Amino acid sequence: MYLIGESMTGGYGGADILKDCTVGVEKGEIAVIVGPNGAGKSTAMKAMLGMLRLRLGRVVLDGKDITSFTPQARVGEGIAFVPQTNNVFTGMSVEENLEMGAYLRRDDISGTMEQVFTLFPILKEKRRQLAGELSGGQRQQVAVGRALMTRPTVLMLDEPTAGVSPIVMDELFDRILEVRDTGLAILMVEQNARQALNIADRGYVLVGGENWRTGTGHELLANPEVRKSFLGG
Amino acid sequence: MPDATDLLNALVLMTNYVFVPALSYGSQLALGALGVTLVFGILRFANFAHGDLMAFGTTMTILITWVLQANGITFGILPTALLALVPAIAATAIVAILIDKMVFSFYRKRRAAPVVLVIASVGVMFMLSAIVRFIMGTEDRRFTDGERFLVRALEFKKWSGLNEGLAIQTTQAITVVVTLAVVIALFLFLNRTRTGKAMRAYSDNEDLALLSGINPDRVVMVTWIIAAALATIAGALYGLDKSFKPFTYLQLLLPIFAAAIVGGIGEPVGAVVGGYIVAFSEVMLTYAYKKFATYLLPDQWAPDGLLQFLSTDYKFAISFIILVVVLLIRPTGIFRGKVL
Amino acid sequence: MSTTAKDTDPKTETAEAVAPLPTAVAQKRQSPWRAPLAFLAMGAALVAVGMFQSLPVALAILNMSLISAVMAMGLNLQWGYAGLFNAGVMGFTALGGLAAVVISHPPVWEALSAGGRGMALSGVIVIAIIATTAFLATALKGRLRSLAIFVVIVVGYVVLRPVFGDAVNAIEAVDPARTGFIGGLGLPITVAWLAGGVFAAAVAWLIGKVALGLRSDYLAIATLGIAEIVIAVLKNEDWLARGVKNVTGLARPLPVPYEIELQQKQWFIDLVSRFHASALAAAPDTAAREVMLRQMLIDGASSYVKIAYAILFTVVLLIILALCVRALNSPWGRMMRAIRDNEEAASAMGKDIKARHLQIFVLGSAIIGIAGAMMTTLDGQFTPGTYNPLRFTFLIWVMVIVGGSGNNLGAVLGGFLIWFVWVEAEPAGRLIVQLMSSNMDQNSALYHHLQDIAAPFRLFVMGLVLLIVMRFAPRGLLPEKVRHS
Repeated sequence: MYLIGESMTGGYGGADILKDCTVGVEKGEIAVIVGPNGAGKSTAMKAMLGMLRLRLGRVVLDGKDITSFTPQARVGEGIAFVPQTNNVFTGMSVEENLEMGAYLRRDDISGTMEQVFTLFPILKEKRRQLAGELSGGQRQQVAVGRALMTRPTVLMLDEPTAGVSPIVMDELFDRILEVRDTGLAILMVEQNARQALNIADRGYVLVGGENWRTGTGHELLANPEVRKSFLGG
Repeated sequence: MPDATDLLNALVLMTNYVFVPALSYGSQLALGALGVTLVFGILRFANFAHGDLMAFGTTMTILITWVLQANGITFGILPTALLALVPAIAATAIVAILIDKMVFSFYRKRRAAPVVLVIASVGVMFMLSAIVRFIMGTEDRRFTDGERFLVRALEFKKWSGLNEGLAIQTTQAITVVVTLAVVIALFLFLNRTRTGKAMRAYSDNEDLALLSGINPDRVVMVTWIIAAALATIAGALYGLDKSFKPFTYLQLLLPIFAAAIVGGIGEPVGAVVGGYIVAFSEVMLTYAYKKFATYLLPDQWAPDGLLQFLSTDYKFAISFIILVVVLLIRPTGIFRGKVL
Repeated sequence: MSTTAKDTDPKTETAEAVAPLPTAVAQKRQSPWRAPLAFLAMGAALVAVGMFQSLPVALAILNMSLISAVMAMGLNLQWGYAGLFNAGVMGFTALGGLAAVVISHPPVWEALSAGGRGMALSGVIVIAIIATTAFLATALKGRLRSLAIFVVIVVGYVVLRPVFGDAVNAIEAVDPARTGFIGGLGLPITVAWLAGGVFAAAVAWLIGKVALGLRSDYLAIATLGIAEIVIAVLKNEDWLARGVKNVTGLARPLPVPYEIELQQKQWFIDLVSRFHASALAAAPDTAAREVMLRQMLIDGASSYVKIAYAILFTVVLLIILALCVRALNSPWGRMMRAIRDNEEAASAMGKDIKARHLQIFVLGSAIIGIAGAMMTTLDGQFTPGTYNPLRFTFLIWVMVIVGGSGNNLGAVLGGFLIWFVWVEAEPAGRLIVQLMSSNMDQNSALYHHLQDIAAPFRLFVMGLVLLIVMRFAPRGLLPEKVRHS
């Protein structure tokens, strides 16, 4: 696979939170990690980002072992991450947020910025406004836009729809599908499991830091065990 | 009714004793507060050593001024110290970066609580103040040269025919001009350049800045360079305007902090506005308005007392009262700075 | 939401580098001999000073060490127990000093009759202003309230100014070379030690009301400010305690004699003669013996007085230490530390954090006030011009951090050690300068310059000691003991 965290085992110094957990995503695909509270979903993603030291296992990007890379170095390798909260620079304008996303790039960024504006037209309208003054859904768009500015090959999203209304959520998922169609690999942790699995090419159900069920989104949605355990029947 | 001459006299009086001194003092405070607020915004602690960093920068300026003067280099009608500023800033910046590498970076890397860094800054304060005294001793030093006045009181009287004279010292004019230039340069830097924007981003949201690939070590280094430059300029201007005495810089810490907090800590605009608010309040509340009133009021209403709200010895109290009022009414300051 | 992952985010988990540390942090068990050995070493250092430098110097260091230890305990209560950053130690110390004057100096009747009534009237006006403001603050709302309070304060100020000004002028006109102030109550000076605590506590309560509950740096800056104001008032309000003209010749506490009187006492002469019997016997003749004894009496009286002070201060130190240790081990102390280690959790458990903080801030400041009164008593004079923040605020901070914040014995040790270093750093600096400049031309500018750097050398040493301890022994020389409750 394009990006894969293989047999990841580790935690934040104390007991292991991840136990032999494997998560991966292919280019042009959406992979979704779902699971109950405390299943280690975000931890798995943070491990792949390098924000957590693995005791065992490795992270491989496009055939290159990046297990020992710092988060910043992984950004340089083409992984972009949208945190769940505090994911915009509130005191900076929308445009500056996007510029900061492209901080590592030394080339002309106006083309990428145009692409982001095409994807999220509202951002073009509000480009001079402070990101902190935008609504929740608009902020999420800024956050995703900022991440796309590095022209990443992998986009990681930590619960992008947390705290936004269902309509905004649908729109956001539509946009994420559009981003996928440009050929990016998208890895997402989601609380709204049903909707997320609906758009997922690949789904991972984690329980207690371990892989519990793995399959395509629709397979998992159809799986009676998965439905019973936590999709609410 | 007072006639036009009285009005003009009153106006000149206020300009001479309130507006001009407050403007130059406010500029010095604004530069000091900018340094404090930048360090707070980026490094997230109240740097108690900033006053002594100012003293150190001034010391460097004075030393280099002496060297220049000894070699017969002066700056015409302007003080030689202005020429000395550039190398002095470089020296102070190097020292500030060294201090960061040897003291602060250790705690920053371990993500220690801000108050730990504050205590470390107390240690730095002790050592810097010792070094300043090693070099300069403790006595008063004046290091201004060139033309002393831009406008002389006597000439002004002759020119205008008024009773009141207006004196503007060269150092006062320089203070205001330099401050204006520095503030504009700083704002352009923060809002227009890549590094400046990265600093703002880092101050705004450290984690996201790291995720965007912003190099924290570089941001911190640039911050110290700017803080050292601001401290040196503020300290040297203050020293030129009054005189250089090591301990006065520790006393400046209070109005500087007051200015930074009043404006909203971590907010550069706030620091500048805060500096002028504190300075104007100090000067206006400690000025004796008796003469001013005699110009404006009919003779029979002429006041007996000095019409002074507070004796000048209490100017610290004014920064403090402003501080308390702001903390009570709007803890984030005028420009909504950070409250952690 | 995967809450477990968030709760254990590495950022929130990292420990602070300097105490107050969360008590949950694992640490090496420390030797029970650490504290006794440290104090023994400290004692040995003092004895060494007594033997090689001079006894009076050693005793002088001992006395100021005892006072510093009390101050450090007060600050430790605030910082070590509660994590409150008090940068105004100097102000509370000076308030203690003021108490010494106000309580022990005999009243200046002339001044009181000249301006006492005006002063009393001013007091009434001030109280009236405060009461009206307080009433308006509760009775009114919004813009009207601000306006009304503003008007009351302005009107009050206009009424107060002439009354107060006349009273001040009347008082300060009374024999300004010797008095020119209202004097005090003429009570024993030991009463002033308690009063010093009360003065400091009252001011601490006011400042705490305003600044507690805000972030810690704001408390630091607010206390830094209040200390400067206290000093400004003491320097400039001559009617109160003569300002920078100083009040000298303060009475001594009861068991401490005056040197001159002591030298006349037969029992003291006998004591000194017996103590130095062999030396006196070696004198060649009676006249020489007489001269010798004279000098011994002078030295002996000076030491005797210092020892008497030392005993008094030790008693106070032990009482406060016992109270602090008891407080720390009581449920109250446990609660304080629980709040310090995790404010959110304590708040969730229904603890009124602001009230607790106010309590401990007032108590700590009171202890500092007591120490301040003791210091003025030892000096025998009140000199507002000599207070500066490096010596009276930040030096005490160094004591607490170096000693071990959160540990009372640590604060005491810090008080002793740092005062010792502070005093001895100057001769050490002079020695270094001598070594450096021994081969220099005595008329060169550099030689003269070097002679001046001995004094600031102690500032340098203090900063270095603080930074080194913070870095390599972040919990101090005697770290806080971890109790598992």
